[in-house]
Amino acid sequence: MIDYTSAGIDFGLIAPEIALLVTAFVILLISSIRRLNAFPIYIAFIGLVVTLALSIQQWSNQESGFFGMISCDNFGIAFKILFSATSLLVLLLGYRYMIARGIDRPEYSALLLISTMGMMVMANTTDLVVMFLGLEIMSVPLYVMAGFARRSLRSNEAAIKYFMMGAFASAFLLMGIAFVYGASGTTELRRIVADISFISSRHGAYIYAGAALILVGFGFKVAAVPFHSWVPDVYEGAPTPVTAFFSVAPKAAGFAVMLRIFLFGFADLEILSDVFWVLSVLTMSVGNILALRQGNVKRLLAYSSIAHAGYIMVALAVGGEEAVSAAIFYLVAYTIFNLGGFAVVTLLETRSGCRSNFSELPGLAATHPYLSAILALFMLALGGFPPTVGFLGKFYLFAAAIKSGYIWLAVIGVMNSFLSVYYYLRVVKASYFETSDEPFTPVSYTPAIVAVLIITAVGTLGLGFFPQQLLEFSRSAIFAFL
Amino acid sequence: MSDYLYLIPLFPLIGFLLNGLLLGRLPRVVVNIIACLSVAAAFIISVLVFFELKALPPDVRVIEQTLFTWIPSGILQVNFGLLLDPLSAIMILVVTGVGLIIHIYSIGYIAHDPCFGRFFTYMNLFMFSMLTLVLADNFLFMFVGWEGVGLCSYLLIGFWYHKKSASDAGKKAFIVNRIGDFGFLIGMFIIFWEVGSLEFRVVMEQAPVVFIAGGSLITTICLLLFVGATGKSAQIPLYVWLPDAMEGPTPVSALIHAATMVTAGVYMIARTNVLYMLAPDALMVVAIVGAVTAFFAATIALTQNDIKRVLAYSTVSQLGYMFLACGVASFSAGIFHLMTHSFFKALLFLGAGSVIHAMSDEQDMRRMGGLGKHIKITYITMLVAALTISGIPGFSGFFSKDEILWKSFSSQHGHPIFWVVGFVTAGLTAFYMFRLIYMTFHGKERMDEETRQHIHESSKSMTIPLMVLAVLSVVGGWIGMPHIFGVSNFFEHWLEPVMAGGSYEPVSHALAAGGGDVGMEWGLMAASVALVLVSIYFARTFYKTKPQLATAWRKKMSGLHQVLLNKYYVDEFYGAVIVRPLIVFSLFLWKVVDVILIDGFVNGSALVYEGVSESLRRVQTGRLRSYATLFVFGVVILVAYFVMD
Repeated sequence: MIDYTSAGIDFGLIAPEIALLVTAFVILLISSIRRLNAFPIYIAFIGLVVTLALSIQQWSNQESGFFGMISCDNFGIAFKILFSATSLLVLLLGYRYMIARGIDRPEYSALLLISTMGMMVMANTTDLVVMFLGLEIMSVPLYVMAGFARRSLRSNEAAIKYFMMGAFASAFLLMGIAFVYGASGTTELRRIVADISFISSRHGAYIYAGAALILVGFGFKVAAVPFHSWVPDVYEGAPTPVTAFFSVAPKAAGFAVMLRIFLFGFADLEILSDVFWVLSVLTMSVGNILALRQGNVKRLLAYSSIAHAGYIMVALAVGGEEAVSAAIFYLVAYTIFNLGGFAVVTLLETRSGCRSNFSELPGLAATHPYLSAILALFMLALGGFPPTVGFLGKFYLFAAAIKSGYIWLAVIGVMNSFLSVYYYLRVVKASYFETSDEPFTPVSYTPAIVAVLIITAVGTLGLGFFPQQLLEFSRSAIFAFL
Repeated sequence: MSDYLYLIPLFPLIGFLLNGLLLGRLPRVVVNIIACLSVAAAFIISVLVFFELKALPPDVRVIEQTLFTWIPSGILQVNFGLLLDPLSAIMILVVTGVGLIIHIYSIGYIAHDPCFGRFFTYMNLFMFSMLTLVLADNFLFMFVGWEGVGLCSYLLIGFWYHKKSASDAGKKAFIVNRIGDFGFLIGMFIIFWEVGSLEFRVVMEQAPVVFIAGGSLITTICLLLFVGATGKSAQIPLYVWLPDAMEGPTPVSALIHAATMVTAGVYMIARTNVLYMLAPDALMVVAIVGAVTAFFAATIALTQNDIKRVLAYSTVSQLGYMFLACGVASFSAGIFHLMTHSFFKALLFLGAGSVIHAMSDEQDMRRMGGLGKHIKITYITMLVAALTISGIPGFSGFFSKDEILWKSFSSQHGHPIFWVVGFVTAGLTAFYMFRLIYMTFHGKERMDEETRQHIHESSKSMTIPLMVLAVLSVVGGWIGMPHIFGVSNFFEHWLEPVMAGGSYEPVSHALAAGGGDVGMEWGLMAASVALVLVSIYFARTFYKTKPQLATAWRKKMSGLHQVLLNKYYVDEFYGAVIVRPLIVFSLFLWKVVDVILIDGFVNGSALVYEGVSESLRRVQTGRLRSYATLFVFGVVILVAYFVMD
């Protein structure tokens, strides 16, 4: 464990965050001085690569600084790496789409970077207030990004809804933190851990109410049922690259924080396991059932992302090292193949008039054999088929559940993935086996999106065959966490 | 060099991926080069690692290479690990060497087929699977290759899938193999259950401790593994797919019958010889099945008229010899025969391909004859192969077959009856082989005029492989000469470290027993050579000098002839006893269980889910107010639950 008292100001600990912030400001400055469309995206790209390199370089660092406000441990660094890689991929996959829709404004890149920085702050602290700060730094840019297609009514609707519900959730979260502070006199998780039995014996109700409200706040971000209702509308209305970002990065950030708070800070509250059991089952079931009848691929992926949040919550119910490392494994894997799926959707939507309804898929396989094969691969990975990494991710999660005696949770999880196969395969069926009278408009590939497709496809299959590296990564990420 | 062991299977895999992914986009020459070069590279590395292995002292001749952990899950740790020891070294040499020759031959053979790209793609995948099977250091990884070989045989036998007979043969091969695989799988499960590991090294080390020698458990395991072997290596009762496998292009038959696939079962038993030595009963079953198959298939081969079908039954019969050898605990003799057989059987099939090529795709020997003077190289090389398989002294088949016959007589697991069966089969073998030679290359030219005009010797790329194989068929056996010839049996000593230490008594068993056995060995050898010569003489009389005699005999024994011609009606028997009831049962499952019960359940649950989905969708109104209401509802319940606790 890190000794949080011997903490000074060490900017090395937040080097990736600083890199992101500087890049974002540079972009904003340049775009205000000279109206050059091409520049900001390259600067953002370079900035993200630097951030990724800085994050990787921090690996196996175990320090805390800024008077215990920032703790730079492998768990947090793993998420830093994940966030910067995710941002990078999202930046690449959205480039052409934004141009095609006429919304390629430089602020987009800056917002993406600032939001990413917020996530990093969330994942690299053990202080509730800093977590909240990170959450807000992450969320505010997200609200703007959701409404980035200014002239689109749906995009505006998405932004308003996301903002209203987000503000709502933040209020509960802050209330929860206040309760916890009131009960324990601190917002620092390590102190709470040390005194939890004392605190809960004296101020039980407050600490429990606080935990519940914190759960509400972050449950909203990861789209846990019943705090999920914003997801379909926002995902559908937002520009597709933004949706891709929504579906992976904030979710991962939310889980990073929840894993820390509920498996570390409040680990001794026995009731949590039952609550997460119920929430997990509810979330995966509702997400999957709602996805069954969707006629739009983007909306379908929105519901599917709810269901996947439910699978990851299995780890929160189970607890323990194996479950946490399985959750990290799953988050990385899910990020890869979900981004891949969204990359295909984005590519399809780059054509004018396409809104990725099911009725627009027939003809894909006949005209674009590679693209449809890759789409099918991502769908199979989402459904958890071997030999993709989607299978292994679910396998490790459910195996951890079974080992800790949560047999029923695993059974329900498996049943749910079984159910989900139905709608994932509907996508495959529509693109391979259905015919349509209208000719299929060809897509135009760009190097950026091809790169994203290749990286995600190779990752999905490659990690399915060779999971060793990712396993070690996710195992060493929990070193010093529990 | 041994660090590069993984390259041996990797090269054919790369060839497969290149040719497969760029199917139809590469010119013919490039496809040929990729396919052959990948196998050639694998062969060169195999030769290099072989010599590296040979340079090591005999008792440490093991090179292991773990590539990565494939399945890390609890106590089940399965690696992608390679194991090179004297046994797998021999196997990779045979597989890549003969495989390479067949690949080169295929260039000419498949030249007129528009689907050459698909052909070479499958061929490379076949090589990859077989090399994986042979080099794997654990049962499960071996099973990957095992299944891959089965898949490739299906793809290649049914290569001309527009022909119904070909696609049927492909399916038959696949299904019959699956039955065998099932046995192998169960055997593997029991091994894992008992030993807790699937690694060969661990299993072989632990086996004498874990299992009671001669106990029912180890016997069950060995018999189950043997079921797998009978599927892959075409033994009774699962041999039926192999004769039909000749529906594929001839190089495929050569590949399946000689270098890959059918050798897998023999190899697997040799690989697990430690287990078999613990189960004498299972060994006896192996020996009996092998001996009976050898005899049984040889009798069928006597009457077949399709040139490739004769060879196919001959393969079944020869594989029977190999199992007989394994069954009398002389695993090295089995592997030795596997090697020489792969030379001469590849040669026979490729030669037959050359004949069929010359005959404008005619395979019926009754419409051949007198080809010897038209296609000399093919004739001479096939004659060499026929002499080899018949066991004429000096040719490789003589040494390996004689070794098996002697071991089946002298080994402590042997029995004179095994020898008698093997001895008679040797006579039958010589007869049907020379029947083939005489019907094809000698006598009257029975083909029609148009075909006769077209008869031509095959191109260089086809004849040179024949000549190389002919040389190998002759000299390949010299490394395993018996002791009574006054030389040391290199082959047997080479394999000694792999064979069950202690419990297996090598060569010396016979020698130590005294001079009488040496005399006996000479005597038995002389007897079999004499029988072979007599059989060849009979074949010559029947099919060359006095063909009317053959016709007369056929009339006289028409009952027996019909039975043999129809292959003992085994296919019909299986059809009536297994396939028909299965079809009826499947119909029941389909019409009743599937359509009514399962579909009913599935559709019913789908309806329920759709209903639930529909009503849940109503909650998703799109109105912010209702979302907020749901949200607050959730908050209240959560907080209430937490605080009440």
